Amino acid sequence: MPYAAKGYHVIASVRPDQVVFTAEQLDKEGFAIDTITGVDWPAEAQMEVIYDYFHPLSGLRAAVRARVPRDNPEISTISSVFPGANWHEREAHDFFGLRFVGHPNLTPFLLPEDAAYHPLRKDFTS
Amino acid sequence: MIAQEEIPSTASANKPQETFVLNLGPQHPATHGVLRVKLTMDGEYVVRAEPVCGYIHRMQEKMGENRTYAQFLPNTSRIDYLSAMTYTHAFVGVVERALKLQVPPRAEYIRVITSELNRISSHLVWWGAFLLDLGGFTPLLYAFDDREKILDLLEGITGARLTYCYYRIGGLYNDVDDDFIKGTRAFVAHMRPRLKMYRDLVTENVILRKRLIGIGPISPEMCRKYGATGPVIRGSGVPYDVRRLEPYSVYPELDFEIPHFNEGDSMARYLVRMEEIAQSLRIIEQALDKLPAGPVMAEKVPRVLKLPAGDYCYAVEAARGRFMVRITSDNKEFPYRVKLRTPCLSNLSLFEEASQGMLLPDALALMGSLDLVIPDIDR
Repeated sequence: MPYAAKGYHVIASVRPDQVVFTAEQLDKEGFAIDTITGVDWPAEAQMEVIYDYFHPLSGLRAAVRARVPRDNPEISTISSVFPGANWHEREAHDFFGLRFVGHPNLTPFLLPEDAAYHPLRKDFTS
Repeated sequence: MIAQEEIPSTASANKPQETFVLNLGPQHPATHGVLRVKLTMDGEYVVRAEPVCGYIHRMQEKMGENRTYAQFLPNTSRIDYLSAMTYTHAFVGVVERALKLQVPPRAEYIRVITSELNRISSHLVWWGAFLLDLGGFTPLLYAFDDREKILDLLEGITGARLTYCYYRIGGLYNDVDDDFIKGTRAFVAHMRPRLKMYRDLVTENVILRKRLIGIGPISPEMCRKYGATGPVIRGSGVPYDVRRLEPYSVYPELDFEIPHFNEGDSMARYLVRMEEIAQSLRIIEQALDKLPAGPVMAEKVPRVLKLPAGDYCYAVEAARGRFMVRITSDNKEFPYRVKLRTPCLSNLSLFEEASQGMLLPDALALMGSLDLVIPDIDR
């Protein structure tokens, strides 16, 4: 994967039950958590979770992506591996309604505390 | 003496008998914007500090999905308003990367010059405001005096004083004039002795040193686990800098150092930023010497921008750390998804762990040394 064309060196598509394992492996290799986000794919009835990592010493960039069914968007939390994932997962929960199983505090992060909507879902209307 | 021994060295060491909740913000001068921190206190000691975010959330990422790439560009300068140049650089960079646009070298050199000027002005705001937090009013007046010179220079070529939209997809809005080049050289000559004066006036001051040395240590491991970048990770001894490790623009052609300090305390983060001002001056001087002639806009930039389907990332070293734009495109005029990875969110996320057991004034010194811009967290 040429970095110049995409902005990352490595990309891996994994099953949703493998995201914790990949986080542990990248943690052992000395990677740092960059960000976690979602992408909504209503046509395929899926939702994608994208994990970005960077290496603070070598500058390598890795992206890990996993797809979950849109009607039950559940995926394990990686906040036990990277505590920094806590806020990123809360944000992805706000925006997409992704449920991170095992998350210690999956409450609204940027949206109001009573927000029952997920603005980055493609079928969201204000 | 007996009374002193009874004071717990850290609150977490002894289980607190009685705690109370203290709200810091969302309207508090020390939080520099609308950040609320819910503090659980044991006397003067912080048991738990939970940042509560979202008070200035504007849903920038949704705005990115309902306008074209060119229309969204000005939004990026409103995220971290103190480092608008570098933020627009990341956004034009991701579009140029996807469209494989060749930006003329003159435009890239001018981007580096203006970005580094912006970094200095951002660090000057931090310096003044941080020292204000710590009780010193005078340095702010010096900092804003010097910053004013940068704002005037940038206003002359961009038309804006803070929220610049000077970089365009494929180049620049306009070329720089002789006044800007002369003025920038004069500023570099003016700023070097000022840095020495800042050192004598503030950095060597014993009161400041007692407030910062050994206070709020952050380990390189904590930075990695939370994704902290910028002066925070460099103050923990890791020379992580996007300009060096994921080189972009013409930074590989310029000679500069990555200041880093091993102590990990608030003083180390202070020193990183002060050294960075000196390095930015070095970069500006070299870029002015090397500034090539030629156009400042790429030829054949399409009028309607449609990125080939796929996802693209572009990261820059903003004044506060790593800023990355991640775009998912489905080959339409509007982006399918725009993700903005901002440094302040990651840098603040370690505050809860790092501030445990600290005295409240020390915790505020730690928070100030993170150099937070709240709209950058909330977006």
